[in-house]
Amino acid sequence: MHKIVSRRVLGQRVVELEVEAPAMSKKAQAGQFFILRIDETGERIPLTFAGWDPEAGTIMMAFLPIGKTTNHLASLKVGDSIRDIAGPMGEPTHLEKYGHVVFLGGGVGTAEALPVARALRQAGNKVTVIQGARNEDLLMYEDELAAESDQLLIATDDGSKGYHGFGLDLLMKMIEDGEQIDMVHTIGPAIMMKMTAEKTRPHGIHTVASLNPIMMDGTGMCGACRVMVDGETKFGCVDGPEFDAHKVDWDLLMIRQTTYKPEEEASNERFKKIQEKGCECEPASDPDSKVKEVAGN
Amino acid sequence: MSDVSNNGGAAKPKPSKLNPNVVPMPEQDAKVRAGNFDEVPTGYTMEMAQEEASRCLQCKNEPCRPGCPVEVPIKDFIGLLRDGDPIAAANKIKETNNLPAICGRVCPQEEQCQAPCVVGKKGDPVSIGALERFVADYQRDHGDHDAAIELPESTGKKVAIIGAGPAGLTAAADLAMIGHSVTVYEALHAPGGVLAYGIPRFRLPQAVVDSEVEMIKKLGVNIEYNAVIGKLFTIDELVDELGFDACFIGTGAGLPAFANIPGENLNGVYSANELLTRVNLMKAYQFPEFDTPIKPHNKVVVLGAGNTAMDCARTSLRLGAEVTLVYRRSEAEMTARIDELHHAKEEGVDFQLLTNPVEVIGEDGWVKAVKVQKMELGEPDDSGRRRPVPIPDSEYEIEADAFVVAIGTSVNPLVPNSTKNLDLNKWGYILADPSTGATSKPGVYAGGDIVTGAATVITAMGAGKDAAVAINRYLGGPEPEVAEPEEEVGTA
Ligand SMILES: Cc1cc2nc3c(=O)[nH]c(=O)nc-3n(C[C@H](O)[C@H](O)[C@H](O)COP(=O)(O)OP(=O)(O)OC[C@H]3O[C@@H](n4cnc5c(N)ncnc54)[C@H](O)[C@@H]3O)c2cc1C
Ligand SMILES: Cc1cc2nc3c(=O)[nH]c(=O)nc-3n(C[C@H](O)[C@H](O)[C@H](O)COP(=O)(O)OP(=O)(O)OC[C@H]3O[C@@H](n4cnc5c(N)ncnc54)[C@H](O)[C@@H]3O)c2cc1C
Ligand code: SF4
Ligand code: SF4
Ligand code: FES
Repeated sequence: MHKIVSRRVLGQRVVELEVEAPAMSKKAQAGQFFILRIDETGERIPLTFAGWDPEAGTIMMAFLPIGKTTNHLASLKVGDSIRDIAGPMGEPTHLEKYGHVVFLGGGVGTAEALPVARALRQAGNKVTVIQGARNEDLLMYEDELAAESDQLLIATDDGSKGYHGFGLDLLMKMIEDGEQIDMVHTIGPAIMMKMTAEKTRPHGIHTVASLNPIMMDGTGMCGACRVMVDGETKFGCVDGPEFDAHKVDWDLLMIRQTTYKPEEEASNERFKKIQEKGCECEPASDPDSKVKEVAGN
Repeated sequence: MSDVSNNGGAAKPKPSKLNPNVVPMPEQDAKVRAGNFDEVPTGYTMEMAQEEASRCLQCKNEPCRPGCPVEVPIKDFIGLLRDGDPIAAANKIKETNNLPAICGRVCPQEEQCQAPCVVGKKGDPVSIGALERFVADYQRDHGDHDAAIELPESTGKKVAIIGAGPAGLTAAADLAMIGHSVTVYEALHAPGGVLAYGIPRFRLPQAVVDSEVEMIKKLGVNIEYNAVIGKLFTIDELVDELGFDACFIGTGAGLPAFANIPGENLNGVYSANELLTRVNLMKAYQFPEFDTPIKPHNKVVVLGAGNTAMDCARTSLRLGAEVTLVYRRSEAEMTARIDELHHAKEEGVDFQLLTNPVEVIGEDGWVKAVKVQKMELGEPDDSGRRRPVPIPDSEYEIEADAFVVAIGTSVNPLVPNSTKNLDLNKWGYILADPSTGATSKPGVYAGGDIVTGAATVITAMGAGKDAAVAINRYLGGPEPEVAEPEEEVGTA
């Protein structure tokens, strides 16, 4: 059981939770993630460490409520508990002195920006953070990022704050302006990371992407998180989540991410209905429970 | 249930002549059970169990006993059952086997204890597994499940067990019974290892696993879930920083193998582990009451020939699909337990043997068909089995929307790679003394699938037992009463 000790809403919609996890708080490293399960009937989902505090024995997560589990997580209050959290999972961000590193975070991918920017800076790099979001409401950690990086640039798709356009446009401008960029670290929606890889490739800029395939155990046991890198099958959870962005089969990643779309939507709709009713009890007849009928019980 | 009546005539008390036929265990009708996740064989009644027990000749030399990897006192427990004391019988088994309700269900008895049974020379061997299951269930159902646990005096020594599978749980129980303080670190959120995530509920009900784990907890064993060793702590940290005096590694062989054919990353291709874990551990068959989804597939092709393949095929059937099982050799080479093979056939799995998949064909990113090739058996290979060779121009497609790869597992490198001075074999399995589990690292022992590669529940338990004896010696603890001390080979 991991008690929630603080809850904030970053910007307007991204939720940040700080939870008790003493052992993990001493082991987490930049770029790693954990797998949580809210309760006995919950799904296991991966989230990146947004931060950790070994003294307080806590870890931080930041997420956008989009589906059943993230909505449920967002509904929890300080004092509530998360049943299971396993981690740290995955390989930490590879750290070396590259020179000038640009961190390009899109959407909720920016959740891992703080620890990664900090670690890259400690490794002796100059770090520029570009934070892209659909609109101002979805921005997060602006003050913290401004303090932890050498430069923070903001882009919103609708122009509600910062540059009007994509974060990637800002990166391209830097490249076109002849700025020295030695490494790009990107995390966000797969399509954004794919486009980033395509843009940096011709300039020969080493680009690392943190992939987000569907995961279950996070220990290398199930293979659900398979991705193709350089023509080889890799397991995102143990071999990654960071890979050479120029070698990733992006189309495969995007297709695999959609595997459970209809089920996810049904599950989220059902959760919303249950929440509206104000109780967790079972609706008398549930139109969504087809799978169960087929399966028997 | 109608199966039982074949034998109904003999169900009188004390048959004076030996019945060559085993008392069949009633089971759910194949059509009915293919639509549910309830256990298939429903278990003996007391009468049936006693009748089956009375088929045992109580042989003086007990040829059956060495057939069992943990040498359950078979003759004695069957005798106690025949005489009407199933609880004493269960306690007898527990002298060497902590998990009889599980072993009675999943051991490959036909190759182990039942193979040397003398009754089997003329007719069916005594159904030792069914009797073992009966007495263990009887004890659980009658509230005497280890009622008399006396916790021993603490030795003050701490032992860490990595992995809550059969090997780890057995070692934990035996060490706790001697009085050592035992903590089990388990990567997942539930105990049991393959018993929890792999073997389906229709073969091994949740209640059986739960009650065995409860018993182990009653001994004072502490289980820490969500603890991935190699990530949260290394073995070296457990010893150097957390103060454990010894460790036992029982992390299994959990890494799924794929067939390395084109199309294996399409949507709808699963490893056996993924399919089974979704269904068994995450209860996806109860989606959406449980959040983890599983696709409702129509036509599933399963590749493999072992228990895992049977489990995937039968699970997919229960989720509503038509299932075809493909395997490149013939039935004689299949490694699944005979019972499971029969069950799968009865339930309607279509077996296409001497058939090898060569490609998974996709459409818009999803599986559409599996292209297979017919094989014939040629010259024997290194394993002594006839090598399957492809028949030219024999390819055809099996329509499918899912393909499940159940061809085995390999070692998960998390623990081996994060532990200093731990010797591994060329496949990455931990090198350990076969009789003690001692590894190249003093105080660190290993056993089960992480040492042997994928094997059986009972061999993993046997390894856990042997290691517990050796660990206790290493710690200078008191000699336990029941375990047979074996010669220890140094921890060099
Ligand atoms: C290594 C890693 C780190 C991540 N870090 C963060 C983070 O810090 N903040 C954040 O908001 N999100 C993060 N994600 C994504 C997050 O896991 C998904 O948003 C979450 O699982 C959605 O669950 P849901 O039930 O709310 O939504 P659903 O409706 O179930 O799913 C919405 C989408 O999320 C993805 N998804 C669903 N289930 C899983 C799963 N089991 N594993 C991975 N992806 C899934 C799918 O693409 C799906 O279409 C991370 C993903 C990975 C792989
Ligand atoms: C589907 C299937 C069906 C089977 N059917 C049968 C059968 O009918 N009869 C039979 O006898 N055998 C059967 N087997 C084989 C049998 O289950 C295994 O041989 C046995 O479970 C091995 O036991 P173990 O304790 O070595 O490992 P496992 O059961 O694999 O347990 C290992 C445990 O360690 C945990 N772990 C792994 N890595 C770490 C880590 N880094 N940190 C912490 N914990 C970790 C795992 O999560 C797991 O819980 C079957 C196997 C499968 C997969
Ligand atoms: S433990 Fe398994 S092999 Fe041993 S007697 Fe029992 S069923 Fe037979
Ligand atoms: S060999 Fe068969 S008949 Fe003899 S004691 Fe063992 S179970 Fe009984
Ligand atoms: S999530 Fe199961 S192997 Fe990566």
